[in-house]
Amino acid sequence: MTEDFAQTNEKLAVEIIGMHKWYGEFHVLKNINLEVRRGERIVVCGPSGSGKSTMIRCINRLEEHQRGKIIVDGIELTNDIKNIDQIRREVGMCFQHFNLFPHLTVLENCCLAPIWVRKMPRKEAEEVAMKYLERVKIPDQASKYPGQLSGGQQQRVAIARSLCMNPRIMLFDEPTSALDPEMIKEVLDVMVELAESGMTMLCVTHEMGFAKTVADSVIFMDGGEIIESNKPEEFFSNPQHERTQLFLSQILQH
Amino acid sequence: MAVIQHSPHEDLPPPVSQTGIIGWLRQNLFSNWLNSLLTLLAIFILWKTVVPLVEWAFIKADWVGTSRDDCDSGGACWVFVSVRFKQFMYGLYPEAEQWRINLMAIMFVLLMIPMFIKSFPWKKWLGMFILFGFPIVGFYLLSGGAFGLEHVETSLWGGLTLTLVLSAVGIVAALPLGILLALGRRSEMPIVRALSVAFIELWRGVPLITVLFMASVMLPLFLPEGTQFDKLLRALIGIVMFQSAYMAEVVRGGLQAIPKGQYEAAEALGLSYWKSMGLIILPQALKLVIPGIVNTFIALFKDTTLVLIIGLFDLLAMIQSATQDTKWLGFSIEGYVFAAVTFWIFCFGMSRYSQALERKLHTGH
Repeated sequence: MTEDFAQTNEKLAVEIIGMHKWYGEFHVLKNINLEVRRGERIVVCGPSGSGKSTMIRCINRLEEHQRGKIIVDGIELTNDIKNIDQIRREVGMCFQHFNLFPHLTVLENCCLAPIWVRKMPRKEAEEVAMKYLERVKIPDQASKYPGQLSGGQQQRVAIARSLCMNPRIMLFDEPTSALDPEMIKEVLDVMVELAESGMTMLCVTHEMGFAKTVADSVIFMDGGEIIESNKPEEFFSNPQHERTQLFLSQILQH
Repeated sequence: MAVIQHSPHEDLPPPVSQTGIIGWLRQNLFSNWLNSLLTLLAIFILWKTVVPLVEWAFIKADWVGTSRDDCDSGGACWVFVSVRFKQFMYGLYPEAEQWRINLMAIMFVLLMIPMFIKSFPWKKWLGMFILFGFPIVGFYLLSGGAFGLEHVETSLWGGLTLTLVLSAVGIVAALPLGILLALGRRSEMPIVRALSVAFIELWRGVPLITVLFMASVMLPLFLPEGTQFDKLLRALIGIVMFQSAYMAEVVRGGLQAIPKGQYEAAEALGLSYWKSMGLIILPQALKLVIPGIVNTFIALFKDTTLVLIIGLFDLLAMIQSATQDTKWLGFSIEGYVFAAVTFWIFCFGMSRYSQALERKLHTGH
């Protein structure tokens, strides 16, 4: 499965230039600059409230930014609905709480967007969905409802659901923080495999093991700013900034 | 160390005092002296009320006959209802044309049967036809004036037929309108939101009687002279507007109960506003508020009796006018009991259907 997502194009997948965001009076994101190359895997970490989720949610316009530029896959995010829709088709997202559609079966969850957004015939969409459900190792649950699955299974379905749209970029917003410890591994395994296939990934997570194995670079955020960005080996062994050191010492204690 | 021999213990029946009729009675009705006293009191009250009622309605009642002289046994005179039955059902609809109403009722029942069969494959299409096609067929059947059917004025429609027409049209039109208003009220577009809020608050702020009076008395004054505007249609528009405002608030309650994550997941997949509403949000929101929706339907069904005050003769109005017939004076109780039972059957039916629907749509586990 290595060839699926490999990109030969040298263009940047995501480019964020001088981006600012406010919630009312509160300045949540301050002068964010970020370049993500195609096929690059980036892990974003930082204390809670540091703006890391907000930042990646700006990339597919779940949150609106007020100043600066965000360019995704060569398209600039503006208020133009057309651009937003075009970007959302190319960007998949997985959420902390899975957000599967509880009234639809696993298979229907996966087929919905290909059928209604990509206008794919139902039969073809079902074949694609089964292919990805096999990849996340739960084809046998296809006809069940999300409520009948464990958390780990639900998150794997959510990943498969995003992949069915054949996205060029995947965003992960703390995909394992709502899971029981024994289920984290099954989700991380799927994510590692996805990373190895060459998918461009931006991942907010506290799984430092995942960051060490697959990330091309690790970004540390605090107080709405990107404090530090480095290769994982450098980031963990030789953190530059005081706040990064403090954060790492706190999470690596146990 | 002692070796303990274990042999499985066979299941024994529980003590008699715990199960069976005696156990149940002891637990629920005679658990202490106060409960025993209350039980005896309840039995006494039931004896004093239910027995005479059954005696009046069934045992001593008169069922067959043609005039009040056939009612001499002292119980209920159902002869009154059976003699007037056709009027209660069809109002003043011409007798020669009443087969059209029967045909429509039979068609509806036949169309509904497959909807209750689990394995029926074309449910979606049949449902669409019942909602959109059947009302048109029904309109031409009832009103005539085409396909060789004689035209029947709406002023002749009456009885249970009129009650069902009013409530069916009300239900079919008020739900989609209510959904649109609820979406409008939550819209991010200020003008749409303001209009929806204004509409909802206006119609919820006035009693239905006022709405019906306005529709029948005031509205013609505002229309250019000589415009004919069917009275039934005016009443229908009033009822639909009124009920859709209530429906909007019920639906809005459901929309607000859907977690934000569902909206976000739909957006993140690239679904447009209408697709995410139609495929993701509304199916879940409407399922949540089935009890509220059916509540509104039932209220609407019973509220149709108010058209009596603008001179439309629904089931209750037909019964009331029959009780004033000099040949049948003094039998209003039978009439009203008949009305109550008929209304109860329809309302209870709706209530049971909604419960079955809730069970069917349950995917939570």
